[in-house]
Amino acid sequence: MTRRGNMTAFGLTREEIRRQIQLPWSEAFRISWRYVTIRLGRSLVTASTVFLSVAFLMAIFTMVLAAKAAGQELDAPTRARYLWSVIMGFMICSVGIINALLMSVTERFREIGTMKCLGALDEFIVRMFLIEAALMGLFGSIAGALAGSLIMLLWGGFRVGFGVLGNIPWGFQSADGSLGFLGCFVVSLVAGTLLSVVSAIIPALRAARLQAADALRTEI
Amino acid sequence: MVALDPMMQPTGEMRERLEDAAQRLEPLMEQASEFIVRCREVRKVYQMGRVEVQALRGVNLDIKRGEYISIMGPSGSGKSTLFNMIGGLDKPTSGSVYINEVDLAQLDAYELAWLRCRTIGYIFQTFNLIPVMTALENVTLPMIFAGVPEDERRERGMELLKRVGLAERWNHKPAELSGGQQQRVAIARALANDPVIILADEPTGNLDLKTGREIIQLLKELNEEKGVTIISATHDLKMLDVSDRVIWIRDGRIAKIEDRAKIQLEAALAVEEELVEGAE
Repeated sequence: MTRRGNMTAFGLTREEIRRQIQLPWSEAFRISWRYVTIRLGRSLVTASTVFLSVAFLMAIFTMVLAAKAAGQELDAPTRARYLWSVIMGFMICSVGIINALLMSVTERFREIGTMKCLGALDEFIVRMFLIEAALMGLFGSIAGALAGSLIMLLWGGFRVGFGVLGNIPWGFQSADGSLGFLGCFVVSLVAGTLLSVVSAIIPALRAARLQAADALRTEI
Repeated sequence: MVALDPMMQPTGEMRERLEDAAQRLEPLMEQASEFIVRCREVRKVYQMGRVEVQALRGVNLDIKRGEYISIMGPSGSGKSTLFNMIGGLDKPTSGSVYINEVDLAQLDAYELAWLRCRTIGYIFQTFNLIPVMTALENVTLPMIFAGVPEDERRERGMELLKRVGLAERWNHKPAELSGGQQQRVAIARALANDPVIILADEPTGNLDLKTGREIIQLLKELNEEKGVTIISATHDLKMLDVSDRVIWIRDGRIAKIEDRAKIQLEAALAVEEELVEGAE
């Protein structure tokens, strides 16, 4: 059968076919949530790299805030050094995530091939992997931000006294317009989740390139 | 197009033209509905480093709607390759595969996905259920891709599970099901969107004798009930009993196509021969 304009081989227009194959975000979310929570061990590996990086970031944030509260503003070169360390930490974390997720793709080659046999498009696979990464990044970030800030608050408290810590601007913004504690917390969450999602792009694309015939393969 | 009033009988020239068109279309319509899969001079060559491996050397095949076909052959005969061609899992190097008169090579990614979602159901030797999902969720996964709303999904999913005899196990994950049960869930999943064809790759390969027989029985029942065409690539000789036709492949070519009636006749003749020899 030849194509006539927009009519494809199945008597439906191309748009109709596109619309009839779908993976709603809610369903993708449900499937990804399932993967993250059931393969908890594997998820923890990815989440722990984010945990560590975000803990580091939040610890730095907290230290800067505490220092300001104690009247010891950090100078520019010191801040620059801390910023550089955090960036390095994030880059290392990213490599770790890419590694862990690529392994995950390799382990799941048969499932992904099967999903393609059931009618999944490449973009569905990408969607599922990115949502998984976002979830792991989010949980890792929350835990990391809490841990990082707590440790730094305790340490700061012992050094400069817990009373001084009361001066820390706890809200989203501090008096002089820079970020307050909650603001730093949110920034850390966003940074960690974004890191996770961006790192997942390469593995997700690799997963999407798997073929339906891989469902039949006996080895990778 | 002129909309015809059903009460108005076409007369004269109009009538002639309609009859003409009906005559021209009828054989095409019959042809379209008769053969669900057609292979024309299908060849597949694999490049393994420097060596060229000819997996299929010109296969011509016609499979009718509602048939139960078994593709049999030794390892390396091209059985799996042919299976992949028919199932749209791979493209031939030359030649064409038509499903419902549609040339698979002409389909883009969306159309291929649509085909796999709604026209073909797949069953694998390794069951291939998604391990993190329950039996019901596995069965309804193709329905999600087809855009079926949640209530309808659950209803149809449970119906299918009931048909394969696993209604009480809807909430169990594959790890909690035996091999035979997993394959039943896989069969239910293959039927999710009411496909025209079911492609089964060694469905009984990982099952014991008794369970394998049950699965074959189930497939035959479904073939008869729903009229779904079943194409199975298999080593299992138990399939011979239920297949309408058996296609023997050797060395990338079709060696023989046997009709079930003929197989039974030959088997009966062989037994008779033995008995006669024994008596002599």
